[in-house]
Amino acid sequence: MRGGVARAVNGVSYTLNPGETLAVLGESGSGKSVTAEAIVGILDSPPGFIPKGEVRFRGDNLLALPEARRRQIRGQHVAMIFQDALSALNPVHTVGSQIGEMFRVHRGMSKADARKRAIELMDLVRIPAARARVDDYPHQFSGGMRQRIMIAMSIALDPDVLIADEPTTALDVTVQAQIMDLLAELQRERNMGLILITHDLGVVADVADKIAVMYAGRIVEEAPVHEIYANPAHPYTEGLLASIPRVDMKGQELYAIKGLPPNLMHIPSGCPFHPRCPYRRDDVCTTKVPPLYDVGPARGSACHFWEEVLDGSNR
Amino acid sequence: MGRYVARRLLQMIPVFFGTTFLIFFAVFTLPGDPVRALFGDRRPPQEVIDAIREKYGLDDPFIVQYGKYMSNLFQGDFGVTLQGRDVLDVLSEAWPISIKLAVAAFAIEVIIGIVAGVLAGLRRGSFIDNLVLVSTTIVVSLPIFVIGFTVALLIGLPLARNGILPSSGVGGGWRSYVLPGFVLASVSLAYLARLTRSSLSENLRSDYVRTATAKGLPRSRVVIRHTLRNSLIPVVTLLGVDLGVLMGGAIVTESIFNIPGIGRTIFQGIQNQEGSLVVGITTVLVLIYLFATLLVDVLYALLDPRIRYD
Repeated sequence: MRGGVARAVNGVSYTLNPGETLAVLGESGSGKSVTAEAIVGILDSPPGFIPKGEVRFRGDNLLALPEARRRQIRGQHVAMIFQDALSALNPVHTVGSQIGEMFRVHRGMSKADARKRAIELMDLVRIPAARARVDDYPHQFSGGMRQRIMIAMSIALDPDVLIADEPTTALDVTVQAQIMDLLAELQRERNMGLILITHDLGVVADVADKIAVMYAGRIVEEAPVHEIYANPAHPYTEGLLASIPRVDMKGQELYAIKGLPPNLMHIPSGCPFHPRCPYRRDDVCTTKVPPLYDVGPARGSACHFWEEVLDGSNR
Repeated sequence: MGRYVARRLLQMIPVFFGTTFLIFFAVFTLPGDPVRALFGDRRPPQEVIDAIREKYGLDDPFIVQYGKYMSNLFQGDFGVTLQGRDVLDVLSEAWPISIKLAVAAFAIEVIIGIVAGVLAGLRRGSFIDNLVLVSTTIVVSLPIFVIGFTVALLIGLPLARNGILPSSGVGGGWRSYVLPGFVLASVSLAYLARLTRSSLSENLRSDYVRTATAKGLPRSRVVIRHTLRNSLIPVVTLLGVDLGVLMGGAIVTESIFNIPGIGRTIFQGIQNQEGSLVVGITTVLVLIYLFATLLVDVLYALLDPRIRYD
């Protein structure tokens, strides 16, 4: 095993308001999930650690709170759902007991009441015959149904913030759409803040209010969803959008960003994207780390030449 | 589940016949002459030898001997030893002692092994983790007779002198079984602790434990409810096999601590070429193993709902 510290996340900052959906977009290894785990406080430590930073929830810095208080916030105020519901649900407990556990532990409810609430929640996320299936085990459900159970569990206590880490990646396309609709609907009804972590641009466009694009542990672009699709301000975002398959490009080769995402042990100097960037100018990009430039109302781009990118001259 | 158990019980029948046949064959083909062994250095008159051979049917062909033995067995007759004792009497004398020893060893194994494994698994890299790793490595790498004599001499003797625990024989009630139980359990205990440790620490890194933490459950609940049960599944398998092994008596441990159990009996039986005694004991052993593995499989299904046999 190689020693050393990988800076999985570096200088990431985002804000989420009630009822808002923030999509965090990035390739595998860009630090999306690690950021989310740090927010919820389930980062495996060791080996993971947070040398510096804050997670502010209604004014409190969560990272500074004692563990007992953080635990109360986890699940009750900030909940999380994971990519693979089969491995994220405990195989040896019934789904009813896993959902009901939220009420048992956080609300001190009796077993029978918790079971009742579990059935209600399973109904809410539209699991057919919830009453009959409450005592089934996770492996007895299909992938989509399992993810619904995950969702039911996460929204059980009406959290203020729901973090969904690639909630549809493990599902097939039709089921993906159903799950996203369900999430959007629950969010609207409950005025939840939703952080949607994904690498799938198609998922993002319909549901997100704003997007944060991550690359090599940093946010490289942040913008309201429509503006980013209309006119990206960072070459990486531009590359991502260009690589979406389009009907009118049928038969042509798909666009791909050159090169590979960097090894987090050896992040390139200067702008981490410079080895793959068509806008690169060697004097600036290889030496100076770009700050998140203010490029418009509620928009930021970590590119020295964001104006050029916005003009789209090099496309 | 009921059908599964019934099927397994039926499967035991051919296994039972197969193993007894093999054991009978093995004893039959042992070199040497059991009748000569009976008389030691003295050579009895030929008529006496012939009479004994005749009485025990030692001159019959193998398959006839096996057939007679099995038909007697099903009538509850385990046969007679060459010294004229009923094998069933010998068994019913020795086995309860070995079972007491097995129970003591099993209790020691389960309690110390699982507790040590859990403590080590919860705090990897800590002092207690290293202590468990080092001590189990030592125990596993020592032959059992070294452990046995060391414990008997260094711990058993001083304790016996002060009248705390007897170090030999079974005259002291349950206290007689503490030291031999500890020795008998030591190796399986070490394996059990290591297995529990690795199983637990692997489960602690699993996705569903991360989910449980993200649900805001207290650490104790995360560990007990969401990790321990899942971690115990491989542990139960090991315990089931161990139970069979322990019940079979222990030749070395019983000899060191002078315990007249089944291990010593079978050892003497092999030395004296007591065919009916050895086959009788192993027949019962086979049954014990078969039931122990069945118990493991049933427990497996109870612990892990993904396993269904029907």
